[in-house]
Parts: sequence; C-alpha cells; structure tokens
Amino acid sequence: MDLDFTPADDAFRAEVRDWLATHVPDVPLPSLETAEGFAAHREWERTLSADRWSVVSWPEEYGGRGVPLLHWLIFEEEYYAAGAPGRVSQNGISLLAPTLLEHGSAQQCARILPPMASGEVIWAQAWSEPEAGSDLASLTSTAVRAEGGWRISGQKTWSSRAAFADRAFGLFRSDPGADRPHRGLTYLMFPLDAEGVTVRPIGRLDGKPAFAELFLDEVFVPDEDVIGEPHQGWRVAMSTAGDERGLTLRSPGRFTAAAERLTALWRQHADPADSALRDRVADAVIGARAYQLFAYAGVSALAAGVDTGGRASGASSSLNKIFWSELDIALHEAALDVLGPLGELSDGAPDAPDGGAWAEGYTFSLAGPVYAGTNEIQRDIVAERLLGLPKGRR
Amino acid sequence: MRFLLDPETRDFARSLDGMLGAAGTEGAVRAWAAGDHGPGRALWARLSDSGVFGLAVPERYQGLGPLPVELTVAFEVLGRHAVPGPVVETVAAAALLGRHAEASGADPVGGGLLAEIASGKRSASLQLAAQGPYALDADAADAVLVVEGDTLRIAAGWGPVQPSADPARRLAAPQVGTVLAQGPEVTAAAAHAADVAALMTAAQALGVGRKLLAGTVEHVKQRAQFGVQVGSFQAVKHRLADTLLGLEFAAPLVHAAALALAGCSPDAGREVAAAKVAAGEAAYRASRTALQLHGALGYTDELGLSLWIRKARPLRDAWGTPAACRARVLSAAGTEATA
Repeated sequence: MDLDFTPADDAFRAEVRDWLATHVPDVPLPSLETAEGFAAHREWERTLSADRWSVVSWPEEYGGRGVPLLHWLIFEEEYYAAGAPGRVSQNGISLLAPTLLEHGSAQQCARILPPMASGEVIWAQAWSEPEAGSDLASLTSTAVRAEGGWRISGQKTWSSRAAFADRAFGLFRSDPGADRPHRGLTYLMFPLDAEGVTVRPIGRLDGKPAFAELFLDEVFVPDEDVIGEPHQGWRVAMSTAGDERGLTLRSPGRFTAAAERLTALWRQHADPADSALRDRVADAVIGARAYQLFAYAGVSALAAGVDTGGRASGASSSLNKIFWSELDIALHEAALDVLGPLGELSDGAPDAPDGGAWAEGYTFSLAGPVYAGTNEIQRDIVAERLLGLPKGRR
Repeated sequence: MRFLLDPETRDFARSLDGMLGAAGTEGAVRAWAAGDHGPGRALWARLSDSGVFGLAVPERYQGLGPLPVELTVAFEVLGRHAVPGPVVETVAAAALLGRHAEASGADPVGGGLLAEIASGKRSASLQLAAQGPYALDADAADAVLVVEGDTLRIAAGWGPVQPSADPARRLAAPQVGTVLAQGPEVTAAAAHAADVAALMTAAQALGVGRKLLAGTVEHVKQRAQFGVQVGSFQAVKHRLADTLLGLEFAAPLVHAAALALAGCSPDAGREVAAAKVAAGEAAYRASRTALQLHGALGYTDELGLSLWIRKARPLRDAWGTPAACRARVLSAAGTEATA
C-alpha cells in the first residue's frame, strides 16, 4: 500500500500546471448561468480543447489523451487549484459521454464526442418531469415510432444548462404497454432548436437561468440518435446516473482546492479564538482530504481489479454523492461565516469578497443534495444495497 | 500509487479476526471490567502469537517493525472485538522506546523491555503528562512509563483505579519513579509515541464503529414493529446509511496517516489528527445510532453490544480530543506543537 506518485505522474502534473499557469484567465469569467458567461465559458472550452486538456481521460480519437483515471484526478486537482473556470460542458462530459462510450455505436461516438470535447456542442440533461423527479421511472413523455426515427412529446423540467445549451439527452416512454414502469423507455438525444421544442428558462434560487423547462411537441429524432436498443433506456440511463452521482461529476480536486482557499480565508480574516468556527474549517479540510483519499482508493481498486466495499455495484457512488454534496455546503457555510457581515453580499455585489466566488459557490452548493438523485434516495440505495436492509416505502 | 491494502495484510486481518471471533472476547471484557485480568492476559498471549506486538518493535529488538499500516489494520480488528487492556499504550511505549533507541543507541529501560513487548511477555502502559493525568490499566501493565517534559521515568506505583465510562478502561495516576532518560531525544520520541497512540486509537475506534453498525443492521432486520422489519423504515435506514458514510470516509484517512508515519512525512501529525477526528466521531455516531435503534435494549448493560457502545466515546477523546486534533489539522507546516 502506498500513496506515491511515479515520475510519470509528477511529469503529467507539472505539464498540467504549466499549461494552466499560462492560460487560466486572470479575471474570473462571468457566471456560466448567464448568457454572457455561458458564451465566455464555451470559449474557454475551446481553449482547453485546442491543447487537448478538456477531456484528458477520453480516447485520443475523440479529443482526449487516453490517460488513466489517476491522471484525471491529478488534472482535476491542478485545475481547481489554479482557480480555472467552471466547466460549462460538465453534464455532457460526465453524464452523456460515459454512456456513449459504454452503450453507443462507434459512429455515434465519432459524431458526438469530438464537438462535445471542443465546446462546439454543449449538452443539457432532460431527465425530470413535473410529476417524475425522484421517481424517475414514472415519467410520461412519449416517443412514438415514425418513419426513420421517433417523435417525442411531453414536458421535461429542471434541465440544467438547457437555457443556453445546444442539445439534450433523456428518457422517453416508447412502449406504453410494458409491464413495469422502468421497462419500455428509450434513451434519445435531440437538438434544443429543433422544430417542436420550446425552451422556458427557469431562474434558480438567485434568479440566474441555470435550468429550463422543455416543451416537446412531436419533435423528430432520427434512429441514429437513439442510444442503445429502443425500450432498454432505463438500463442505459442508470449507468449514466451512476456516473453523475459518483466521482466524475464533482471530482475531489474541487474540494481540496476549495478547502485550501477556505483555510487561507480563515487565517486572514477569522478570530483565532473562535474555536467553533475553527472546528468547522478543520472539518472541511478533513472532509476534502477524506474524499480525495476515498477516490485514490477507488481508482487503485479499479486498476487492481479488486472490488472493495461494493464499489463495483455502483452503490458506492451514492456514498460519494451524499458525501461531496454535503461537504460542499458545509465548506461554503464556513466561508460565509468567516466573512461575517460581508458573507451576505451576492456574487454581483461590487464589494463581494474574492469577486463573489464564495457567494456563487454557496448558491451552487445548495442544489447538490437535490440534483443527481436526492440524498434521501441515495441513503435508501446505500441502506438497501450496501447494508442489505429491506426495501420499504419511499 | 496503489492505495489499497496488500493481500497479505488483508489475510493477516482476516486471520486475526477469526482468532478473536473464535476466542469470544466478550467474557474477557466483562472479567477485565471487574478487575479479573486472567482471561484478558490469555487473549494477550494469543495476540502476541499472532505477531501484533512485534509489528511495533524494531528488528534490532526482535520485532518486525515498526509497521504502522499493519498495526492500524490489526487495531481495527482489536476494536471490532473490543479487546481489553493497554494495547494502544503498549504499542505507543514500544514506539517511544524504539524511537529513543534509534536516536541514543540504547533501549533506555534496559532489561529488554522492547524485546519482551515484541514477544508478548510484557505489557506496558504510558502516560504523557501533556495528554492527561492517567495511565490506562496501570494495575495490569508490567511496566508503566511516564514522560513529563523531556524526562522519561518508570512509575513507582499508581493511585486508586478510576472507573471510566467504558468499564473495560481502568485509569490510574502513576506515581513518580526513577528517571530512565532525559533530553531532547525523549521529547521527540514522546511526540512520536503520541502520534502512534492517536492513530492506534483511531483504528480501534473504526473497528468499534464497524462492529456497532453490523450489530445494529442485524438487529433492525430482525426486529419487527407495525408488522414489518424496523429496518424498512426510512428514518432507520438513513441513520444507518449516515453511520456507514462516516466510517467509509474515515478509513482512508486512517490508512493515509499510517503511511505518513511509516514514511516519516512532515505532514504525519496533521494526517494523524485528521484520522483521529474522523474515526473518533464516526465511531461515536455509530454508538449513538446503535443505542437509538436498539430502543430500550440499547440502554441496558445486558446487551452484548453495550460493551462497544460504551467504548466509543472514551476512544473519541483518548490520545487527542476532537478539538485538539482539529486545531492540529489547521496548524501550519512546521509550527505544530509537540506533545
């Protein structure tokens, strides 16, 4: 057992760090949940991808570097430590791409992944519906067979990034006669500017249009935009949902970097005699380190082909999700408390500390325990699949 | 990087677990709590046969160590079986003597204490004045070492036994005895011993927490109310899920701290402190969960699991309180106070 990096690991880290040092914008980009910020972040994706840094763990043919997962973790540590911009392509990269690589055809991968890597096409997810949230399998949007494809109708909602994104992916009921709710669903991709699509942006808690409602009226989707077999969408989607909950959506690097910044903020501003606040800062540092080590252990187990503690079952991604989402909030709450009376200034306020990064980060963190499967559902999954407790009513 | 226990280490843990499971530690724990050390000493002999104490002693003194990673794995198993006695203190004393011998060239106690710890012939307790006034199980240990400032003494005796919240932990204040060694080597060796003690306590707490979780999961699967297993209720499930979460994210901190100690990393103190906070808090939360989900049964000393329920809180606070450890986590590199 060791935590040692090889010279090759160190060289990779140094290369990432050098590139970031010369390319990360000096002035933070505007929030990616605004039209102006979305465009600026898309441009940043282009910059990343021009030097093959946007999707390092992907195969080279799709714009990646084919590096092992450990190097992706290293990349993420350096990326967030450098204060680089948020990733506007995150949902496509960490949710759709793993699904395509596992279930998609070679033709689909070749057509869809390179423009995703370059930021040319930015993806939104279209899972939830007004009456289907945690109980996703109860969804009622339909896909009806048509010449050469499908026509999709219905309403999707809480669709992250959909206000400004180019395309979306989601599940649709293709076989209304199936005997169980999660059977007879098909996984489809569609353009958000297609005929029959209406996008109504929804303001998140601070009013920024971070997600949208999608109204779909007989939107045509060609067969080539079905992922996996028709009616098998649930199985395909669950692998994506696992990725979302797990490591790839929120890497440990985000939290180790944020914990470093919190510690610096605390040293600079806090009253050292306030031990209650000190304890919470310490807990954020400990939590970030724990998540980093948990990920190193997971990556090591994967590389060694060992399943420790049900990691391969996917249920451990639920542990991950609960952990990072609650750590994120606790960390930002501690930061706001360190800032005292300045903590309430929103990210748009001229006097907001650190350019409003803490305020923006706090607002962003509040959604964590809700999206990607609420933490209540995740705790059910942990209890049932990792502890073997009986299923009960939700 | 391979942040994964080696197969040999896992096998070692499995065989230790099997041995202690077959020995049935509960009776020894209850006897120990009543002041009868006989069954506990028999257990001690079996532990040393398994090589546990040798892991703490350098090879020059007939040990196999020091091997912090293997020790933490062993101590997690000891916690799972609630093994009584000054196990942490014996290993910490070995760390102190071993580190001092490395610096000064000789075992300060003489008489081969280090070698006899390795062979299981003698046990030791340890009091570091900076950490508190008591030594654990001074009445059962074969030697009681005391460090105050830069002075190492062997205790001449001890005061009355003070019962702990964990009845198997028996505390007593050592009496001033003969000076064995003095100087900066003692201070440095004692700081190292404090780290080892904190880490072993963290590992033990992790084992205590895992035992509490497993026992409680079994209980809620069997116990029925309103016509269904109580483990099917969300409030019960979520509390158990949170308990697992705490333990799962504490475990890698414990292993990383062991690696830091093994590699004499400058971050070792902070890594140990982080592990101690996380494991101590996770085990304590597990004990609260166990008590609550066993209902009134959980509040009785007849319940076997009560031995673990009562152990969690003292382990959380022994060898570094959460507050002290959290402060240490934030201490800047090179500035942390030594014990």
